[in-house]
Amino acid sequence: MLDSKVPAGPLAQKWSKHKFEMKLVNPANKRKFTIIVVGTGLAGASAAASLAELGYNVKTFCYQDSPRRAHSIAAQGGINAAKDYQNDGDSVFRLFYDTIKGGDYRAREANVYRLAEVSTNIIDQCVAQGVPFAREYGGLLDNRSFGGAQVSRTFYARGQTGQQLLLGAYSALNRQIHKGKVKSYTRHEMLDLVKIDGQARGIVTRDLVTGKIESHEGHAVLLCTGGYGNVFFLSTNAMGCNVTAAWRAHKRGALFANPCYTQIHPTCIPVTGDHQSKLTLMSESLRNDGRVWVPRTVELAQKLQKGELKAVDIKEEDRDYFLERKYPSFGNLVPRDVASRNAKEAVDEGRGVGKTGVAVFLDFAEAIGRLGEDTVREKYGNLFDMYYQITDENPYKQPMRIYPAVHYTMGGVWVDYNLMTTVPGLYALGECNFSDHGANRLGASALMQGLSDGYFVIPYTVGDYLANLGSFAPVDKNHPAFEETRKEVETRINALLALNGTKTVDDLHKELGLIMWEYCGMARTAEGLTKAKGLIQNLKKEFWSNAKVLGENEELNMSLEKAGRVADFIELGELMVDDALNRRESCGGHFRLESQTEEGEALRIDEEFTYVSAWEFKGENQPEVLHKEELVFENVKLTQRSYK
Amino acid sequence: MSAHMNLTLKVWRQKNDKSKGQFVTVQANDIADDMSFLEMLDIVNDELTRKGEDPIYFDHDCREGICGMCSLVINGRPHGPKYGITTCQLHMRSFHDGQTIVIEPWRAAAFPVLKDLAVDRTSFDRIQQAGGYTNVNTGGAQDANNILIPKRIADEAFESATCIGCGACVAACKNASAMLFVSAKISQFALLPQGQTERYERAQAMVDQMDAEGFGNCTNTGACEAECPKGIKLTNIARMNREYLGAKLFREEDIHG
Repeated sequence: MLDSKVPAGPLAQKWSKHKFEMKLVNPANKRKFTIIVVGTGLAGASAAASLAELGYNVKTFCYQDSPRRAHSIAAQGGINAAKDYQNDGDSVFRLFYDTIKGGDYRAREANVYRLAEVSTNIIDQCVAQGVPFAREYGGLLDNRSFGGAQVSRTFYARGQTGQQLLLGAYSALNRQIHKGKVKSYTRHEMLDLVKIDGQARGIVTRDLVTGKIESHEGHAVLLCTGGYGNVFFLSTNAMGCNVTAAWRAHKRGALFANPCYTQIHPTCIPVTGDHQSKLTLMSESLRNDGRVWVPRTVELAQKLQKGELKAVDIKEEDRDYFLERKYPSFGNLVPRDVASRNAKEAVDEGRGVGKTGVAVFLDFAEAIGRLGEDTVREKYGNLFDMYYQITDENPYKQPMRIYPAVHYTMGGVWVDYNLMTTVPGLYALGECNFSDHGANRLGASALMQGLSDGYFVIPYTVGDYLANLGSFAPVDKNHPAFEETRKEVETRINALLALNGTKTVDDLHKELGLIMWEYCGMARTAEGLTKAKGLIQNLKKEFWSNAKVLGENEELNMSLEKAGRVADFIELGELMVDDALNRRESCGGHFRLESQTEEGEALRIDEEFTYVSAWEFKGENQPEVLHKEELVFENVKLTQRSYK
Repeated sequence: MSAHMNLTLKVWRQKNDKSKGQFVTVQANDIADDMSFLEMLDIVNDELTRKGEDPIYFDHDCREGICGMCSLVINGRPHGPKYGITTCQLHMRSFHDGQTIVIEPWRAAAFPVLKDLAVDRTSFDRIQQAGGYTNVNTGGAQDANNILIPKRIADEAFESATCIGCGACVAACKNASAMLFVSAKISQFALLPQGQTERYERAQAMVDQMDAEGFGNCTNTGACEAECPKGIKLTNIARMNREYLGAKLFREEDIHG
């Protein structure tokens, strides 16, 4: 039943061949179609702008007060592109290969190749928009190696690459808003998908200011709503990031793929206490010069935890630079999942540092000695400042304390090669879909994927769908499906507002987060996951009987906003656990303790699990049904990842 | 070890854009100094929620100083007492036990209050929509390295481009002028080769929209620069004035030949 619609033919020609074979919509007919874009981050803003330029009518929706604030803005490090400007051996195939390998062979070859192929166009487009990338003295674009890549293919704008790329896409979007081709709805949240005869035909939204529930009709709906990392309560996501739009679409028939693939980023500022509302990531470019270590012994670690010793008091021979020791060739630059897991191991052994003992050191003393403090400041100044603001510790004088945090979700709504979900006319772009990063995403590839999907893939593929509709007729906004869906949304809101128990929504969200982190975090076991499933089911019951939701619908009501989102996170959490339980192998960010090599590395079981898990919703409190998309590798050989 | 403090908050409460607002006194007790300011408000809201009272609405999202959503005037200062950071980056170690903290929304006619501490900043979006872009469609861009940009120029354009659109400049200005915000975007494009083609039209259109939104004029007090969390410089305003003057001096045909 799952057809990935990957075109036949050699890998390198699939996309150009497919572009030719897809149907086009006559320029004069494009204005007869309306496309709904939910989310205005890199994927959403770039898609909306590009589609409007082609002549389609576009409506965009975001929960923030402006499209410019979508969480893509917080990406720091950079964006990959196979430009080979550095003459260091990069190519489209190498970027493709690195992405497939980095994803631990759990991504679809054809999609990843296309991503690498259009990566070069993204940089051209962004520069034309006036995105101020870093440059060399000769005026050419600068590149750096990022996240352990052996080539320098990462373009960057100081530590604010996501901001500059998003403002570029936002400016393109603004241009179309000004021309009247895009209608922008801010402070609006999508609460459901409207289907007519099985096709996506609109959405139901809530105006967060007035509470008004509205239906919007369109010929296609694009979900560009980001990832679901906030299921863990604490993550590096923005406070408002949520899964609701994607989850509602899932409940209307869109399969959800690989939900257990979450990325835990190694270089985040550790948790300090119960009051913590979110975690702050520091770009992993820090690992280019920082050295990760913990004390060799538990005794020394305890003294550090109690404040009896300082990091500088620990002698060189008493330090364990565990990444350098275990992975001599990649050292501190091993992929994110490997770095994270090793930090957790050190902490679990009792060798963690800081007051809580749940952190490891990231030390710049050697780099400062080698490069001088000024050079280090030039490279990482904004990150060091950020660290200082939050911790009140000076990283030029003492090592940073870091610990992994949830950062990105590789899983998401299942899409075919055209980025269409299993609901005709419903698409998913960027982090919202599952398609390009397999079980683990490489650094500087999220921005690339968001913009690739939005600027260069969807403008072609959505046209093919619309051209094949066989009609230019406007969507019938009086169709009963709109009224029915709107009523269902209102019923749910009323049910939420009727909750008047003793626990706040945040209490329940924190409980969910702890369950997920403990049992479905960096290391997972069948026993733990089974336990988590029961706990989440109980939590769901408790939510619907004992949560406290205040206020009314017709106002800015954060209590209500959060409640709706957390209710969906709880349901997603259960599916993540199901998925993690089903996948008895370790791969990428999904580490099952039962499946590891003798050296303690992730052990894939290719004979059994070389597939995408795509889950189908079957009704409230019914088990979801697993569908498998077999992954076929014709161009790369599956190997055990090794970074020794 | 982290110290704990008890604080008195005087918070602006306003039901919606139609109602009249007022300061309400709330206690914030047992606040750890390593909490962020917004986490302190989370705790206050948690207590209000448990008592069944309406929590204080404030805008925030990324909580790492980059999205530009958070917007509080704290003891008379946009984004609080420290320089170069947003409200969400402010930590309670900047306050002391027993202190009274006055918390208000941005105040400007062009930023109407929506509820409590949240304001409507869509006027900023409309200014950007008037001209804050280059007119290029997706596809067809030349190779990125065909445009050589001296590092000095690229770095200067970057400095202007770091504006997060929070509106602190407007809140800080006694005239509620948006010139720092507008000039940052105009400067970014005035500096870069990509922005040359339409530099004068852009300046004209963005300034006209700024005026239409009801932002005040600039009287060079420099409060905007002082309060800007991203260090956007006043020189941007000087450049904007030059661009605007250029737009007035040169007729269309002079610009395009």
